[in-house]
Amino acid sequence: MPIINIDNKNYEVKEGKNLLEACLSLGLNLPYFCWHPVLGAVGACRQCAVKVFKDADDTKGRIIMSCMEPVKDQLRMSIDDKDARSFREHVIGWLMINHPHDCAVCDEGGACHLQDMTVMTGHSYRDYHFTKRTYNNQYLGPFLNHEMNRCIQCYRCVRFYKDFAGGKDLDVFAAHNHVYFGRQQDGILENEFSGNLAEICPTGVFTDKTLKQHYTRKWDLTSAASVCQGCGLGCNILAGERYGAVRQITNRFNAAVNGYFLCDRGRYGYEFVNSDQRIKTPMVYHGPAEQSNGIPILDHVHRRMVPGKTIGIGSPRASLESNAVLKELVGADNFYLGVSAADHDLVSLSLRLLRQGPVRAASLQDAAAADVVLILGEDVTNTAPMLALSVRQAVRRMPVAAAQQQVHLAAWQDAAIREAVQDDKGPLFILSVQETKLDEIAQGAWHTAPDNIARIGYAVSHLLNDAIPEVTGMSEQGRDIAATIANTLKTAAHPLIIAGYGGGSEAILKSAANVAWALHDLGIDAMLSFTVPECNSVGLEMLDGHRLESALGRALNNGIDTAIILENDLYRRLNQHSAERFFSNIKNVILLDHLYNATAEKATVILPAGTFAESDGTLVNNEGRAQRFFQVFAPTSAVQESWRWLLQVAAVCGHTTLSSLQHLDDVVKYMATTYPQFDGITTLTPDAHFRLAGQKVPREPHRYSGRTAMLANKNVSEPKPAEDEDTALSFTMEGYRGEPPSSMIPFFWQPGWNSVQAVNKYQVETGGPLHDGNAGKRLIEPNVNGHTPFYTEVPEPYLPLKEHLLLVPCYHIFGSEELSIHTPGIAARMPAPYLLLHSEDAKRFQVTEGHLLHFMDNGHHYTLPVIINDTLQQGVAGIPVGLPGMQIAEVPQLIKV
Amino acid sequence: MLSAIEIEQITHELQQVPVKKAACIEALKIVQQQRRWISDESVADIAAMLDMSTAEVDSVATFYNLIFRRPVGRHVILLCDSISCYVMGYTKIKQALTDLLHIGYGQTTSDDRFTLLPNACLGTCDHAPALMVDNDLYRDIAIADLPQILDQYL
Amino acid sequence: MERPLTQHIPLSGAALQLKEYEAVGGYSALRKVLQELTPREVTEKVKDANLKGRGGAGFSTGMKWSFVPMNVTGPKYLIANADEMEPGTFKDRWLLEGNPHQLLEGMIIAAYAIQATQAFVFMRWAYKEAAQIMTRAIADAYDAGYLGKNILGKDFRLDMQLHTGVGRYMCGEETALLNSLEGKRATPRAKPPFPQVSGLFGKPTIVNNVETLSYIPHIMNNGGDWFKSLSYTADGGTKIYGVSGKVNKPGAWELPMGVTMRELLEEYAGGMKAGLRFRGVLPGGASTDFLTDAHLDVKMDFAGVAAAGSRLGTGTMVVLDDQTCPVGFVHNLEHFFAQESCGFCTPCREGLPWTEKILLALEQGNGTYADLEQLQLHTQLLGPGNTFCALAPGAMEPLQSALKYFREDFEQHVKDKKCPYAHH
Ligand SMILES: Cc1cc2nc3c(=O)[nH]c(=O)nc-3n(C[C@H](O)[C@H](O)[C@H](O)COP(=O)(O)O)c2cc1C
Ligand code: SF4
Ligand code: FES
Repeated sequence: MPIINIDNKNYEVKEGKNLLEACLSLGLNLPYFCWHPVLGAVGACRQCAVKVFKDADDTKGRIIMSCMEPVKDQLRMSIDDKDARSFREHVIGWLMINHPHDCAVCDEGGACHLQDMTVMTGHSYRDYHFTKRTYNNQYLGPFLNHEMNRCIQCYRCVRFYKDFAGGKDLDVFAAHNHVYFGRQQDGILENEFSGNLAEICPTGVFTDKTLKQHYTRKWDLTSAASVCQGCGLGCNILAGERYGAVRQITNRFNAAVNGYFLCDRGRYGYEFVNSDQRIKTPMVYHGPAEQSNGIPILDHVHRRMVPGKTIGIGSPRASLESNAVLKELVGADNFYLGVSAADHDLVSLSLRLLRQGPVRAASLQDAAAADVVLILGEDVTNTAPMLALSVRQAVRRMPVAAAQQQVHLAAWQDAAIREAVQDDKGPLFILSVQETKLDEIAQGAWHTAPDNIARIGYAVSHLLNDAIPEVTGMSEQGRDIAATIANTLKTAAHPLIIAGYGGGSEAILKSAANVAWALHDLGIDAMLSFTVPECNSVGLEMLDGHRLESALGRALNNGIDTAIILENDLYRRLNQHSAERFFSNIKNVILLDHLYNATAEKATVILPAGTFAESDGTLVNNEGRAQRFFQVFAPTSAVQESWRWLLQVAAVCGHTTLSSLQHLDDVVKYMATTYPQFDGITTLTPDAHFRLAGQKVPREPHRYSGRTAMLANKNVSEPKPAEDEDTALSFTMEGYRGEPPSSMIPFFWQPGWNSVQAVNKYQVETGGPLHDGNAGKRLIEPNVNGHTPFYTEVPEPYLPLKEHLLLVPCYHIFGSEELSIHTPGIAARMPAPYLLLHSEDAKRFQVTEGHLLHFMDNGHHYTLPVIINDTLQQGVAGIPVGLPGMQIAEVPQLIKV
Repeated sequence: MLSAIEIEQITHELQQVPVKKAACIEALKIVQQQRRWISDESVADIAAMLDMSTAEVDSVATFYNLIFRRPVGRHVILLCDSISCYVMGYTKIKQALTDLLHIGYGQTTSDDRFTLLPNACLGTCDHAPALMVDNDLYRDIAIADLPQILDQYL
Repeated sequence: MERPLTQHIPLSGAALQLKEYEAVGGYSALRKVLQELTPREVTEKVKDANLKGRGGAGFSTGMKWSFVPMNVTGPKYLIANADEMEPGTFKDRWLLEGNPHQLLEGMIIAAYAIQATQAFVFMRWAYKEAAQIMTRAIADAYDAGYLGKNILGKDFRLDMQLHTGVGRYMCGEETALLNSLEGKRATPRAKPPFPQVSGLFGKPTIVNNVETLSYIPHIMNNGGDWFKSLSYTADGGTKIYGVSGKVNKPGAWELPMGVTMRELLEEYAGGMKAGLRFRGVLPGGASTDFLTDAHLDVKMDFAGVAAAGSRLGTGTMVVLDDQTCPVGFVHNLEHFFAQESCGFCTPCREGLPWTEKILLALEQGNGTYADLEQLQLHTQLLGPGNTFCALAPGAMEPLQSALKYFREDFEQHVKDKKCPYAHH
């Protein structure tokens, strides 16, 4: 490792980094703006100036930008040099020329990188005495506020939005000191990752609009480490609360999962926590429990739990703890997975493929490092958004490596590398039912029916391993596609095959596994990524239970008196007809949930469950990574974790196993001992007894203000703060001030680093893992020694049928997920229900765009406006999944029109 | 909508470049040639033709001072305001033009005939002061020459 | 006195046509090169001549070419920088309008030396006539077989295109020029990688000034020793010098490298106009330090002007007379530079408008001593290496030297709270 000399001290640093990265990794303070650990360096802001010297005798040296200078053995530099310090101070001076100095009313104030850097450089006196230039701000939609006057022209926003995330509608305009960052005209920022601008921007130009709408100074938030509930990827988040409302979600860095970024569903989808649809009190027969003849609510539950006739229905959006406790409470025979038949089939198959096959599941960061990507049947941007961001990075991998060879530069030399790369892209192949956003960066993108996608998958795997039968009756085009894909995959070192629930087809999953396994047999380090619909789909499936349809069957046979339903709306799992029949055939519905929904209408007893923000628990993401989320704040109402409700019920019932459990650690330990598949989850985070220097880890920064005054309008004596008996976190600012273990970091803060960029200080090296490793633990690993036989049942090709259409699912990042649509901004971006149709089919059925088309599915009538989309195969029609008001349809499914 | 001529010329330019984006400036020039300025609609049309986003095209268009993103008159006067012309007294020429046309920099006469813009060095410093009207260069100009120069442009 | 670059340019100012150019030996150098020399030998010959770039920086042309990797596949590019937007500069125009084929021949030979298959003339928007002339010349050269496939029957192919700009001084900076040619915003690129390795569209590229390239045919024909012998000093060749401002005969002349400034100003430019006194001069365009009458005997070559504390730059001088306000003069320059900053890096984007505002305040009688300090400070802060490209450091050259040589004028503006000069 090279040795560099900084201010007359030698340091060992990592090869291939730039000086800024080296200094920050050493924990030295050096200000910067335009550099970002994943976006690299462009040398625009000139803030990171240092001096370098030719040798020990050179006293004059010269100023360079540390972010643009590679580490070199024996290099001598100075951060502390007088000229360098003065220059850095003046850079701030220039940046502040036109800045409005409006920190007092700026949402970023107190958590602002520009403020931090200003203090760090010592700039404190304003020399500029001319008038400031001012800009107009733009309306950018429901997620982001725009205040251009605060801009310091670091170019980070466009570099993230355009270069990194593939956004089209944000750019830099004009020249000289008029450069403007925004949209061409006012309007909604379209990219699914736009919210990251609030963190990428080092000042208050792009700020979180949802935070603004219930603003709190960032240091006044009570925060905790949490896990996103928006999809199955399990991105790590920080959630912040004040006055009982969650106010913002920010990224929680995890080098193996989401890195520095989140998607907009994840960042903004939190507002269901604050919804006025929240269930806050226990209810019996739709009325508050206290009015129910004074019988304690738990007795209401207990009374209805007829032995042998009480079932539990779990949930993929509830924690592992809640599901496991419910299963124990009702007994394994009576535990049903609260998921639709299709979701169950797909997720359980994914799990089987990952456990039994020899190929590992890719983390998001593994995916970003893939060199060839094949997507089968999945619109990743809408079903697993952050995976799409990983795919975008993967596509850059090969050309960047080639360019580095050509120009002998490190990958962080961003502009130069982009120039050398031009529009070159690494191989990405997409097979999907209709066009997807990633098509634009794909080497090949083809659109066809799910079975035909699976057939291509099979054909590819056949070309890789002839133990897999040839696909007969394949068109020449199909054969060409398969050959192109197979030939490219063969050249790969780390190919990634993506499939999942979005394609709605088991055949696709099997063909994907075939391809990956065949590659594995060729000695190639292949990876699989199977998307799953919900945040704990995999955890629930690992816990195991009966299918939901069998609960329906049992209900119809009078086998059920009482169903305890965990955080679930069965109307999203069963079609309306089946759901109605289910509910009309059971006596009691005991629901634990946090929002009113159609199932709540049927409930006899409702227990107010905590959302992620009011709960501790564990989720398992699509790669089998178990991750802990912590309660953000203690609710003042009766709301508590479902698992806690269920433990209390168990206690009333005198349940032998559960009666002895009380706290999170107890439940976690119970799970680890009862289920070998959950072995290891006890080490996800330190337990409740953990202390640092004898202290707990505070959820509030020591800068937290107004605690004694917060509720003074109600009662001047400050209430006793809630105590957290389940974890080593405290609900207040009292506690250990240093760095907590990475799995429980509630906020990133270090002296002098008040903004999100403080994360640098928590990393082993800039952009690298947190000091004590990445949070989370993978529970499923491939079966490297065994060999699973390949799948051989190639589906028949789908050909359009007269009078029929094949309904296929279309997912939407904004709309398809149950909880996030309670955020008004997300609801605003949700599409209206529609039927997607090829123009030839539209002709066939004599409709045009906008016309209503009528069909029936399982006795349910659908009337949907037609949208023409010629990227669909003829005979295939798309319908949106999960939108409110949309009945659940079993897709893919052939319907008669 | 782009005209047939514009489409033809842009298509020709597209054949000269390895990536479509590289024809962006040429496309802007072509459209400006036809329409005197680049409207939002033209930005969008060019973007569509080059597989670029409107923001991307406008980012380029707004960078260059001789791409006009606002309407200009039938004739554009570019008055050199750089150093040799400064020494040779361009400010007086500017004043005279303003007096004659009743417009300042960036403005267009009410009859839509002239737009007056300052321009950096026209590269004819040994014949300062200088100005251009459309494609015609005038050098060693004196205030007395101005009416005659302007009269040529209707 | 030989004037290889300009001797054949008709006095009428009309362009030398292809036939006329051929009649005076035009394209014989190309013929010779293609028949007798390998690409490497061409580059060696240019190196031998010690030709230094005439675009402003004075970097050895042969050396620059030798950095182009020769064993790579894929396209390479040659670009003639005909942007000439540095205020006070008008030398390339003369060559472009007068002898276009000389440039083309130089470009074809240069392209051969680096084995480029595509060449561009990047010309500023304002050179309408030059653009017409160049368009015609390129077409004629194609017709005559100097461009296109199998040039002069040899296995060498070159396509040539004229690109006219849409404004912005930054386009003249070679890496910003590349971005502009790629249809992008003309912001500069970081070096390394140098364009010789990764230039236009990420491919090896050479950018040379028009004047530089115009020498190439002559060097090929007559050799390095001849080229060196043209000069009075160690920097070889002739140079096109120009003078503008209030002199009797402003203009441009091709003269041996190293003529003295006095000779240029007094003999060629005919001295100051009646009633005016010489106060100073920007020796090589707007981004060079002032020299004063103490420097009149400076030899106008790269080393000579540098020794006097300025730069030869483009060799086109702007004269400051005693009735023009130096503060106003510098304000005009800084206004230009502030306007033409690309807006990419902080010191230039924010620092230049600040200096411009201070200078205007001084002119309007609102300046303070603190402002003068601020100007002085900026000349240090915006120095080479501190900004992303050479624009801002260039902008500071006239300012820092004005503060040095015309200090009393600046102070008088503060003291009198007005500009002491009669306004223009
Ligand atoms: C802001 C700026 C503007 C420039 N403008 C020009 C120009 O108009 N013409 C030119 O030949 N060189 C210009 N240059 C210099 C070029 O970057 C480059 O050095 C030159 O074209 C190389 O040619 P040469 O080696 O033949 O001198 C400029 C440099 C800077 C920093
Ligand atoms: S010095 Fe900086 S802002 Fe100025 S032109 Fe160069 S890169 Fe652009
Ligand atoms: S961080 Fe180095 S120049 Fe901006």
